[in-house]
Amino acid sequence: MGLYDGFSRLADEREAFQTAGLNPFGTCIDRIHSATEGYIGEQRVILAGTNNYLGLTFNADAIAAAQAALAEQGTGTTGSRMANGSYGAHVALEQELAEFFGRASAIVFSTGYVANLGIISALANPKAVVLLDADCHASIYDACALGGAQIIRFRHNDALDLERRMLRLGERAKDALIIVEGIYSMLGDVAPLQEIVDIKRRLGGYLLVDEAHSFGVLGETGRGLAQALGVESDVDIILGTFSKSLASIGGFAVGNDRSMEVLRYASRPYIFTASPSPSAIASVRSALRTIGQHPELRDQLWQNAYRLYNGLALLGYRVGSHVSPVIPVMIGTKEQGMLFWRALIEEGVYVNLVLPPAAPSGITLVRCSVSAAHSEQEIVAIVRAFAALRDRITLEPMA
Amino acid sequence: MLKRDVVIDYILECLRGLTAENQRPVGPQSNLIEDLGLESIKIMDLLMMLEDQFDLSIPINILIDVSTPAELADALMSHLEGHHGAV
Repeated sequence: MGLYDGFSRLADEREAFQTAGLNPFGTCIDRIHSATEGYIGEQRVILAGTNNYLGLTFNADAIAAAQAALAEQGTGTTGSRMANGSYGAHVALEQELAEFFGRASAIVFSTGYVANLGIISALANPKAVVLLDADCHASIYDACALGGAQIIRFRHNDALDLERRMLRLGERAKDALIIVEGIYSMLGDVAPLQEIVDIKRRLGGYLLVDEAHSFGVLGETGRGLAQALGVESDVDIILGTFSKSLASIGGFAVGNDRSMEVLRYASRPYIFTASPSPSAIASVRSALRTIGQHPELRDQLWQNAYRLYNGLALLGYRVGSHVSPVIPVMIGTKEQGMLFWRALIEEGVYVNLVLPPAAPSGITLVRCSVSAAHSEQEIVAIVRAFAALRDRITLEPMA
Repeated sequence: MLKRDVVIDYILECLRGLTAENQRPVGPQSNLIEDLGLESIKIMDLLMMLEDQFDLSIPINILIDVSTPAELADALMSHLEGHHGAV
């Protein structure tokens, strides 16, 4: 048997994507001009599939800070924090994150994926039970598998279903980990966190919220869904990423209990990974200050989200159930989704194509992510591109 | 006491619903992925349906070595015996 024979079905699908034209899962953005503009080949596109929610990838302060760190501290740390030691900037960022969230402890990781893997796998040991929302990100599933915990799924955003499953666990529910996300990455909907907190207060358990898509986006100061709903004190650990609103790369966990620090000695993905580069840390520290000093960025983001959501809904597209900076547009079949995605690029708009099973409930969707950096003209242009395609492709019926 | 034949009947009933679109024949030895075209998420959804039908808590971990309805029934019975004594 050949080394890659087990992937023959996947290889056939990949071949089909590549031979049919632009590959939605291997797109090269050949040139980047700004947070919202790029070129795919010679086609200029508005970038509306980047998760660059606050548009800070070209923020002048962040770039200057990263350049200075690069010159002063070098290109990389060349090893893990446990072996090579932490740089002062790693520790400083952790203190700043803890202060930003008003929490006792913060740990920085090399990516958002590794943050989930690092924290969750350490807690989700083989004796643990994890209750997770069925639509949780793959990194959460992978983390639970790495830890070896017993994994119980509950129906997406269904607090009553969570409660039923916790009741079945009996006494074991008191020590279970409950894991949900702030904004879900594909449908842009938010967790019913107040109801989940109410269940946790009655039945026990520990609550972890991945605010990857909601950090910088929700809450009075941008701390995420838990802040927006006033339940931060009931969330034991918040997980997040630097690669969305903070426009860099890396991830973090912040906890209410200083005891979380012990995970630095228990988390294999923390111990055995090279630490984030000085330039990445410097740009994150700068972007974190910018988020704190410029709440109007969030206002601009939401203004753009409402504009695009309403524009697409008025065209008759079936969009997500709530206004969000993540706007899914439901398309019919996989083949229609491919055609639609390519036609949007020809119209000058880059979004993400999401096929099942990555898209929940067997839906094919194109996923727009809005940025505070999108101008009003760019939002109008995105809506026009969708309008131009409205009659060319049969869409999923309205819900 | 939960009987294996009751479990497997319900698994097959669920699978007929989940694969109604492609109308493939469903039997105890059907391969869930290759014969029935189920994606991993659908198989996890099937497990949720079993949990609700029999009012049990079943971790998705039992799916690791499962590729047919018969193996799913066996894994479920084995899990219950391990956690709740003989069933």
